[in-house]
Amino acid sequence: MAPQGDPILEVRDLVKHFPLTQGIVMKRQIGAIKAVDGVSFDLRRGETLGVVGESGCGKSTLAKLLMALEKPTSGSVKVNGELVDVHKGSNLKRFRRNIQMVMQDPYTSLNPRMTVGDIIGEPYEIHTEVAPKGDRRKKVQDLLEVVGLNPDHINRYPHQFSGGQRQRIGIARGLALQPEIIICDEPVSALDVSIQAQVINLLERLQSEFGLAYIFIAHDLSVVRHISDRVAVMYLGKIVEIGKDTEIYDKPSHPYTQALLSAVPVPDPEGRETRERIILQGDPPSPANPPSGCRFRTRCWKAQEICAVEEPLLQIRPGTDHESACHFAEVHDVVHAS
Amino acid sequence: MKNPSVDTHLLPADSGTIGTEPLLAVDNLHVEFSTRQGVARAVNGVSYALNAGETLAVLGESGSGKSVTAQAIMGILDMPPARIPKGEIRFRGTDLLQLSEAQRSQIRGQQIAMIFQDALSALNPVFTVGWQIAEMFRVHKGMSKKAAYAKAVELMDRVRIPAAKQRVNDYPHQFSGGMRQRIMIAMSIALDPEVLIADEPTTALDVTVQAQIMELLAELQRESNMGLILITHDLGVVADVADKIAVMYGGRIVENAPVHDIYRNAAHPYTKGLLESIPRVDMKGQELYAIKGLPPNLLDMPTGCAFHPRCPFRQDDCVTDVPALHEISGTRSSACHYWREVLDGTAG
Ligand SMILES: Nc1ncnc2c1ncn2[C@@H]1O[C@H](COP(=O)(O)OP(=O)(O)OP(=O)(O)O)[C@@H](O)[C@H]1O
Ligand SMILES: Nc1ncnc2c1ncn2[C@@H]1O[C@H](COP(=O)(O)OP(=O)(O)OP(=O)(O)O)[C@@H](O)[C@H]1O
Ligand code: SF4
Ligand code: SF4
Ligand SMILES: [Mg+2]
Ligand SMILES: [Mg+2]
Repeated sequence: MAPQGDPILEVRDLVKHFPLTQGIVMKRQIGAIKAVDGVSFDLRRGETLGVVGESGCGKSTLAKLLMALEKPTSGSVKVNGELVDVHKGSNLKRFRRNIQMVMQDPYTSLNPRMTVGDIIGEPYEIHTEVAPKGDRRKKVQDLLEVVGLNPDHINRYPHQFSGGQRQRIGIARGLALQPEIIICDEPVSALDVSIQAQVINLLERLQSEFGLAYIFIAHDLSVVRHISDRVAVMYLGKIVEIGKDTEIYDKPSHPYTQALLSAVPVPDPEGRETRERIILQGDPPSPANPPSGCRFRTRCWKAQEICAVEEPLLQIRPGTDHESACHFAEVHDVVHAS
Repeated sequence: MKNPSVDTHLLPADSGTIGTEPLLAVDNLHVEFSTRQGVARAVNGVSYALNAGETLAVLGESGSGKSVTAQAIMGILDMPPARIPKGEIRFRGTDLLQLSEAQRSQIRGQQIAMIFQDALSALNPVFTVGWQIAEMFRVHKGMSKKAAYAKAVELMDRVRIPAAKQRVNDYPHQFSGGMRQRIMIAMSIALDPEVLIADEPTTALDVTVQAQIMELLAELQRESNMGLILITHDLGVVADVADKIAVMYGGRIVENAPVHDIYRNAAHPYTKGLLESIPRVDMKGQELYAIKGLPPNLLDMPTGCAFHPRCPFRQDDCVTDVPALHEISGTRSSACHYWREVLDGTAG
């Protein structure tokens, strides 16, 4: 299904700073970790936005902000044109039914004392209107089957499943309330490629059936390419490049995106000794103290004086057809993610 | 030896292989769990071998027993419910399964170390990461608190935690998933082990950090001739770093091969299906290939070949006869009756 209509999700200037404290007994705030630092984008019905970027660049924090699991330092999130207010209970409940999350960590995100059936059916306790009590067991079994698990295992506990199997439990739970938006934080990274393929096919099938919109966070760039309509590349709390999948993968214009794409391991051992890679120099800067001007400048091979002084805005630039936050954005061919 | 404080008289002190004995050999290992519903046969005769300096990648379906095998090597399975009815795990020729718990804990962490799949639950949430890394040096090397903390900062730097000095007193939840995994890696290499088992070490990491971590592991391997068992689903990483591959399905090894052979041409239908499932650019907008059906039920394994309910090449005897691990060449084997046909493309 092609993405259509008005945005279902509108994110504007979203910021999350975590206080950085020192001292064990008397904590003093000595700064802030700028986990998400001014992120804006739209998501339309039926659309998938892929989010990629270095570990620690703020992807999971962004996901938690969108889920209203964290309170933003500033900025706003609108769902179906309505502002999400973390202080209003009724607003939150409605909103939470509409936007669900599949978590990164299949180990800690499942309650070890609940059966799989109870975990997947738990959202029905709060949202009783979706499934009357008598229907629940059947619904949960359907969901288990949908994600490729054995419906007879409904009474088992999470520790009796492997990592990948637990991740599918998380996906089944995310689907329980038939939300309009699903935020997938590394939903397939613990799965083997065949089950990964099943899950991706499943997500795509659900999307075309129900017009679901996805935010799809992942490190595997070939998976992101396959599933996404648009891709946002994050670096240190900011989006540095955003565009259609083909624009990002075939015509990346931000040096960080170019480095990222060139680091994708190719599933073919032939010629592995001679493959060309842009290896990023230096350490990722601390998000507590990001570099002035362009945040990528400490590792950028193209940096000029202006990069330390002036922050490059995310905008379409001469020579590119999509938004890029680089003063010297230019299309560069890299070794592609296959 | 690198760890003078360790009592190593149990084990021959030369490095690498002993005669033809590899550094680490898992031989016909079986592991089962007693559950309320019955006995779950998680590992059903796994054999693989690792030489010093070598990288063995273990691939396979989720739930196929990769982590349980690794936990058996480390000696960290809870027994019960787990039981090891059969098999050997030889480290430098000594069967670890015959050692006492005291002897095994001497080896664990120091000679054989592991990076865990679940970084967050492996780190203790109530202690700072610095404390947890430093504790390794205090317990095993008897270092002072100050020296151990200095070592902790050094290791955090080495695995590229930005501003390590300032963050050494942070708690695990204050780090991103990827950074927690790097802290786990720091802890596992702290004592310079001879065998490192890395269970999905880079799953949570972005490709640039992944490339750095794999490079770091390769460097450690070169420096100390460490043997590396890499459990992963990432066929790109495997293609990049592995010397040889063991593919698991339903608690068994279904294919063993040098890395180049397997990517060129799989000798087992499961491996073939796995390789075909990789998303490729020209598949955009299409359904991805996926192996059909459900993973086997460990409480009630299929008869004959465990893969037969899902195998596109199945023949009648697959349902009745368990395929042996057929030797294809000196370095390659496949547990399929029809490996010849699978290899030359005439199966099915
Ligand atoms: N509760 C918290 N308190 C303090 N700092 C935090 C907290 N949660 C996250 N951070 C910090 O915010 C930054 C962004 O973390 P986040 O988990 O969003 O990264 P990520 O992009 O999801 O990384 P990964 O790919 O490794 O999962 C990191 O520097 C992290 O250490
Ligand atoms: N304590 C336990 N009780 C019962 N079954 C268990 C227990 N621990 C593991 N298992 C089962 O053993 C099988 C093998 O699990 P293991 O964790 O080794 O899989 P894996 O190959 O590492 O999978 P993944 O790639 O998903 O991590 C799984 O089917 C799992 O359900
Ligand atoms: S603005 Fe400058 S430092 Fe930043 S990415 Fe572009 S060239 Fe590099
Ligand atoms: S033995 Fe038969 S069922 Fe098993 S993998 Fe080979 S062809 Fe398929
Ligand atoms: Mg994350
Ligand atoms: Mg595992």
